[in-house]
Amino acid sequence: MHAAASQSEIVKSTKLSKLYAGKAVVNKLDLTIDSGCFCGILGPNGAGKTTTLRMLVGHCPMDSGELSILGLPMPENASLIRESVGVVPQMDNLDADFTVEENLYVYGRFFGLSSAVLKERTKELLEFASLEDKAKCKISELSGGMRRRLTLARALINKPKLLILDEPTTGLDPQARQAIWQKLRELKKQGLTLILTTHYMEEAERLCDRVIVMDQGEIMADAAPKRLIKGEIESHVLEVHAASEALLEQLRRDGSIARFERSGDICFFYGEKLNHALEVLEDSSHDDYLFRPANLEDVFIKLTGRDLRE
Amino acid sequence: MSKLARVMLFLARSQSIWSRHIRVWSKLAGPSLMGNFGEPVLYLLVLGYGLGQFVGEVEGLTYMAFLASGVACTSAVNAASFEGMYSAYTRMEVQQTWLGMLATPINVGEVVFGEILWAATKSLISVSAILIVSTVLGLTADGWALFILPVAFLTGLCFASLALVVTSSAKSYDFFLYYSTLFITPMVLLSGVFFPIDTLPNAVQWLSKVLPLYHAISLVRPLMTGGELTSVFLHLFVLATFGAAAAILATYRIKKRLIR
Repeated sequence: MHAAASQSEIVKSTKLSKLYAGKAVVNKLDLTIDSGCFCGILGPNGAGKTTTLRMLVGHCPMDSGELSILGLPMPENASLIRESVGVVPQMDNLDADFTVEENLYVYGRFFGLSSAVLKERTKELLEFASLEDKAKCKISELSGGMRRRLTLARALINKPKLLILDEPTTGLDPQARQAIWQKLRELKKQGLTLILTTHYMEEAERLCDRVIVMDQGEIMADAAPKRLIKGEIESHVLEVHAASEALLEQLRRDGSIARFERSGDICFFYGEKLNHALEVLEDSSHDDYLFRPANLEDVFIKLTGRDLRE
Repeated sequence: MSKLARVMLFLARSQSIWSRHIRVWSKLAGPSLMGNFGEPVLYLLVLGYGLGQFVGEVEGLTYMAFLASGVACTSAVNAASFEGMYSAYTRMEVQQTWLGMLATPINVGEVVFGEILWAATKSLISVSAILIVSTVLGLTADGWALFILPVAFLTGLCFASLALVVTSSAKSYDFFLYYSTLFITPMVLLSGVFFPIDTLPNAVQWLSKVLPLYHAISLVRPLMTGGELTSVFLHLFVLATFGAAAAILATYRIKKRLIR
């Protein structure tokens, strides 16, 4: 067995690339994720997030570059690496033929874990996922949030050192989402390294201590969420909805506006204070506007553009 | 890791997949076994009695006794093929069960081999039922009939592997009709299930002899009826070769499909 190169580097890639039909989906990615980090990967559809995650577990052969997970080079150690990795996939693939409890048991057997070990872990994990009283239930009897929590519990059955989550809260209601968030925070506290992709900026902002924005297979930005907002974008945004051209013309005279964008009938003014523009609005009869601090979504839009990705 | 340890690990992981499948099966064992017993009883009684009246003796056997070994082999083929196509496709595409397995240390080869083992087990279950029915109907000659079971398992391994090759290219369930209609059905009709193949034109006889089902029947019929076994190793070799080649091809193609 290989000695780990560096235990603190959980993921390390150099110039990692993946091509589909000659087009780079992941393009010369240099990425290092340290132990204990909760890393969020954001990006529009087709940015290469899922492909990157699939490479991390050896589900996607790499075309060039190097990748090592837990100090072991991929792809030759894929199976060994997966012994210490947990995966929460985008699409639910719980076993509908089994009960909640059996799902954990059968999955644990795939790791070669003994019945005795699994009995104990199943109990712990059901408690962790708040599913103790659902142990004997069929999957079809569970709500969407319960299924996701079970999928999360299942991904922990092998006591992983790295947990990979591909859009874990997509399609959940706010309560279910917050429940998942709370579980993930607990795991982070226990020292687990987590990598998550999401389309919810709020999710990344609240959970992650590091956010990577990807687009077209490349890293556009990589920092703590607060630093991204501070470093990549103006501090405030003024959104004006359905305003007349004359009013917009007046607003744009504000010298403190650093940037101006239009999307349909909404205009976005970015800047630090925007005093003049706010005064103009106060004096006008137009009240359909919003002045707010910039957030991660603004950074995301700035980096990846407003065009739809379909 | 030594070669032996690798093989043991491969088998242990394939076995964990087999265990998962048998656990699912055991939940629905009632209706499944009813099918396993009911179908052959109907075929043997209705065709054996009804058709047997007209046919009389075939190769020195009552028609029902002749038919029993054919029905046993056909059911081994059908059980493994169904499992390797419809059920495997469901786990691969619809339920994404395989993708779940592949997120554990299990590799594609182990998934495929686990599926083959399970599908062959289904053949074994189904042929066991037929053997019991045949014995009750007085169609088995002696204890040698028990050796039909390993042949049934091998036949299951062979046809499960072939079915998984088909599944590796499938885009939907409808795709399987090509294989069933263009391969399985003609093979069943021409391999000596319902009548001895020496009534067929020479060219057709040769065709049936290069297909695996003929070789399964050539082993099972004498074992069931107390006839003389000939070319045992040739028959086993054909079944094993088809199975091994198909298993390797299926693994390669499924890997290409899933790990891309």
